[in-house]
Amino acid sequence: MTPAAHTVVLLDPARLARARRSVAARHKRERAFQWFCVVVASACVVMLGAIVVGILAAGIGSVTRTFLTAPPSPEPAEAGFYPAIMGSVWLLVLVAAVTLPLGVAAAIILEEYKPRRRLSRLAHGFIETNITNLAGVPSVVYGIVGLTAFVSMFGLFGNELNPALETGAGYYDQFYNEADQVILVPVAGPDAPETVPRAGMRALNAEKRPLAANIIGPDDPWPDDPAVAARTLRSTDFSGRISERTVFYLRLPLGRGLLAGALTLSLVILPIVIITSQEALRAVPNSLRDAALGLGATRRRVVFRVTLPAALPGIMTGAILAMSRAIGEAAPLLMIAGIVFITFPPGNLMDDFTAMPLQIYNWAQRPQQEFHELAAAGIVVLLGVLLVFNGAAIVIRQRFQGRGS
Amino acid sequence: MTGRDAFLGQPPQAILADPRRLRSHRRQRVVDRTVVGALGAAATLSVLVTAAILFVLGTETVRFFRQDEVSLGEFFGSARWSPLLGSEKHFGIWPLVCGTALVAGIALLVAVPLGLVTAIFLSEYAPPRVRATLKPALEVLAGIPTVVYGFLALVLVTPGLRLVFDGLGSYNAISAGIAVGVLIVPIISSVSEDAMRAVPQALRDGVYGVGGTRFDAAVKVVFPAALSGIVSAVLLAAARAIGETMIVALAAGSTPKVTLDPTEEVQTMTGFMVQMALGDVSNFGVEYFSMYAVAAMLFALTMGFTLLGAHVRRRFREAYE
Amino acid sequence: MRKLFAALVGLIVGGPVAVAPAQPSALRGTIAVDGSSTVFPITEAAAAAFGQEFPNVNVTVAVSGTGGGFKRFVRGETDISDASRPISADEFKLAKENGVQFIELPVALDGLSVVVHPANTWATELRIEDLRAIYLEDGAARKWSDINPAWPAETIKVFSPGTDSGTYDYFKEVVVPKGKSFRIDMSTSEDDNVLVTGVTGDKYAIGYFGASYYFENRAKLRAVPIVNPETGEAVLPEPDDVIDGSYSPLSRPLFIYVNLTSLRRPEVREFVEFYLGHDGEFAEQVEFVPIPEEIGRTAADFLKRRLSGTTYLTADGEKREGRLAELYSPEHLVDTK
Repeated sequence: MTPAAHTVVLLDPARLARARRSVAARHKRERAFQWFCVVVASACVVMLGAIVVGILAAGIGSVTRTFLTAPPSPEPAEAGFYPAIMGSVWLLVLVAAVTLPLGVAAAIILEEYKPRRRLSRLAHGFIETNITNLAGVPSVVYGIVGLTAFVSMFGLFGNELNPALETGAGYYDQFYNEADQVILVPVAGPDAPETVPRAGMRALNAEKRPLAANIIGPDDPWPDDPAVAARTLRSTDFSGRISERTVFYLRLPLGRGLLAGALTLSLVILPIVIITSQEALRAVPNSLRDAALGLGATRRRVVFRVTLPAALPGIMTGAILAMSRAIGEAAPLLMIAGIVFITFPPGNLMDDFTAMPLQIYNWAQRPQQEFHELAAAGIVVLLGVLLVFNGAAIVIRQRFQGRGS
Repeated sequence: MTGRDAFLGQPPQAILADPRRLRSHRRQRVVDRTVVGALGAAATLSVLVTAAILFVLGTETVRFFRQDEVSLGEFFGSARWSPLLGSEKHFGIWPLVCGTALVAGIALLVAVPLGLVTAIFLSEYAPPRVRATLKPALEVLAGIPTVVYGFLALVLVTPGLRLVFDGLGSYNAISAGIAVGVLIVPIISSVSEDAMRAVPQALRDGVYGVGGTRFDAAVKVVFPAALSGIVSAVLLAAARAIGETMIVALAAGSTPKVTLDPTEEVQTMTGFMVQMALGDVSNFGVEYFSMYAVAAMLFALTMGFTLLGAHVRRRFREAYE
Repeated sequence: MRKLFAALVGLIVGGPVAVAPAQPSALRGTIAVDGSSTVFPITEAAAAAFGQEFPNVNVTVAVSGTGGGFKRFVRGETDISDASRPISADEFKLAKENGVQFIELPVALDGLSVVVHPANTWATELRIEDLRAIYLEDGAARKWSDINPAWPAETIKVFSPGTDSGTYDYFKEVVVPKGKSFRIDMSTSEDDNVLVTGVTGDKYAIGYFGASYYFENRAKLRAVPIVNPETGEAVLPEPDDVIDGSYSPLSRPLFIYVNLTSLRRPEVREFVEFYLGHDGEFAEQVEFVPIPEEIGRTAADFLKRRLSGTTYLTADGEKREGRLAELYSPEHLVDTK
């Protein structure tokens, strides 16, 4: 067509009108869509706000001093969160102790020691893919694996009643005499023969101080003097073997105890720590590394004296976020520990335990309104702890941002 | 004195000739090698973990299928799952898979629209201040423990839905599905947003240049360009929804059945595993092994979705120079 | 101050949180309890009160169901087993094989309650045959109208305790004839709380569990009077009717089984004596029916004389039929040794 014809086509009023209408329509659509986006996005924020406010309203009234320091109870008014809080604390410390060294170490070798040879490169790629896949495995699968691998340990170490190994416990035969006094007789081990009360045997009182046990026959009269009566035993009295488990008590197989739970939880958290640490290391600019290498440092020196310190804030942030995930995880613990009524915080690594999310689950399942309020209170405490953690992570990120670039 | 400090103040020839320097180098090499060895061991640990998962699931599943009452054909062919009740035990996996699919399906129905629109908003429309509020809000949403969502499904969503569905039972698929959906919105929105932001501005500018609006750019250019990332996001979110445990344990119920009705009580694979674990775990009967078989199925499904998601992302990623 | 508050609350809630704590004892030890979710509330109350006086004794109470609890108990893994039904012949045999001796102690009576939603106003009574029709695999009733055409033509939503539950076993014995089985589409859980939530949520639901769970949630549930086959009268599981036997055949005793070897340990001995000594209070605290005084005396006697074994099996391992009052005496005892 000639240029003139083009112009005629472009300036044709019908066409222009159509074009103008379509542009207007498109702009209207654009504004509508913009508002739609805003609505939807704010819906997310509103939902979050609603969740937080709702739970706070339902639960904050029940977060009393009793709640924080008392054990759970069938009476909602007396029920407390204390063993769950302590259980979570123990778990957190253990999980951190296991995953942080292992995770950061694995991240270092994956990021800083990238191999050149083909075979090693394949292995490297395989390990990295492996870790990414592990991060996607549902936590309940880790729970069930932990059941076999940590609780019963594949059956290789016997079972809880006949453990293959047990250390760190003192064994006593405990007598409770007719004056309601405790008399302890130390014994060699769990399989030692039962103590028969006899004169001159080594005995301790409840505070583990030695006392001279006064042994009388089954039909002899009970002594009148209360001081004597307190250390009197009949020769036919029975004792019960108790094990005073010190903090260092260890038993193989681990059974459904704290360590088994912590190790299972570590399986869940480890891939996260590795991946976040890798990202933190990746964020360290190469100029730093090159500078150190230029000064003649070996790779190891570069990593531990230059790269790692520079990546430390990022690693710490990642670690904190991973730990906050650990506190909230319930599924693997549900598989390991189940639902138990426990009134004591854990005293050693093999003890039965409960954790905050488990106790919340327990209370949430009950139909009574009072227990729902308790569950809400527990959630308030849990979210409070998470808030502190996330706050710390944000503070670290802010403070150290811009350093080392 | 350490190797470095010993050489302070010495003339160069003395340093070069000092035998301590060679020793210090040797020591350094030994330390280097040990450190590398230790680090490598830490990394190989992850392979050990995968091996342990496969071993445990594998051996117990094999033991499950070796039991008399169980057959591979029934496992994959039957639509009845009743390991404990009934005159005969039935071990067809489909009711549990169907329950999982129903809850995950509802979750995706909720999360995909919400997540994608939020992602588009964040990448195309949101001014920096709004981004600064919205992104942390989504991160917080992702960090809320799942037991909280389960609790809310039970005490908030179900009573709320009763206004719409009269006679809704206490345990149903739709409440759990909605809660899981809210849980996975952050996954979809953040991964999709990353994918969309990776699309170069030049493509958008092209659209604006011919008179297009931001909507046109978003829908006709950015979205298709980021499609691989978006599909990957949905697959990852689906994997998460399938593996979710606490929400369904609290709110979905414990009746395995094949149904598409979301108001009905169902049981998911994860729900069944929890139910078995909370019962008696030291009994080594066929019910105990069925827990492992279900776990193996769950693992296979989530692994499949995760791998597919990674594969889609790699293969179909548009490369921009 | 806390104790005073607790006592006041206890009085208001309707049961004494009785025991006045004396000087806390130095007695130490661990006691492992597992078993029935029906008996759990009583044991939990006992453990909580015991902990006031004996703060250094660790009592852990797990809920694996009566069957689950027994599986561990007969292997000697637990000290006490909560049970909402007597020990079975198979479990007894296992105990014998493992050399486990035990003392059988009833702690409360329960009127196993069949409950429906409060809006269910049509089911004014149910017979055992109706329960059969609802609960059996080949039972005729899938809708309420199948039982009585005047009732709504809505599907019955069926809830039941799980197979590890003693309540399930007991109900099965009464309702399910030999050779038949429960329907497989019931919604089950070992935790009775889950069942309560289930029934309260569905207008056309039906479920059964221990009376204590019904009384605790009275406002949200309605117990259905069950027709006593002998008298033809429909009876509610109220405490008086459970005691005099008119709530039949769903009345049952609740037990704890105590490992004889464990009883030699002072902490276990003190706990069981404490439990039995106050079981009336604990039962009332959690809204169960306390056992009649006479049976309580027999139980205390069993404990004192360490009379081990069960009264619910014959020497040949057959089940003994009868009510608690008839069976529970020393001449019926069959021991594992």
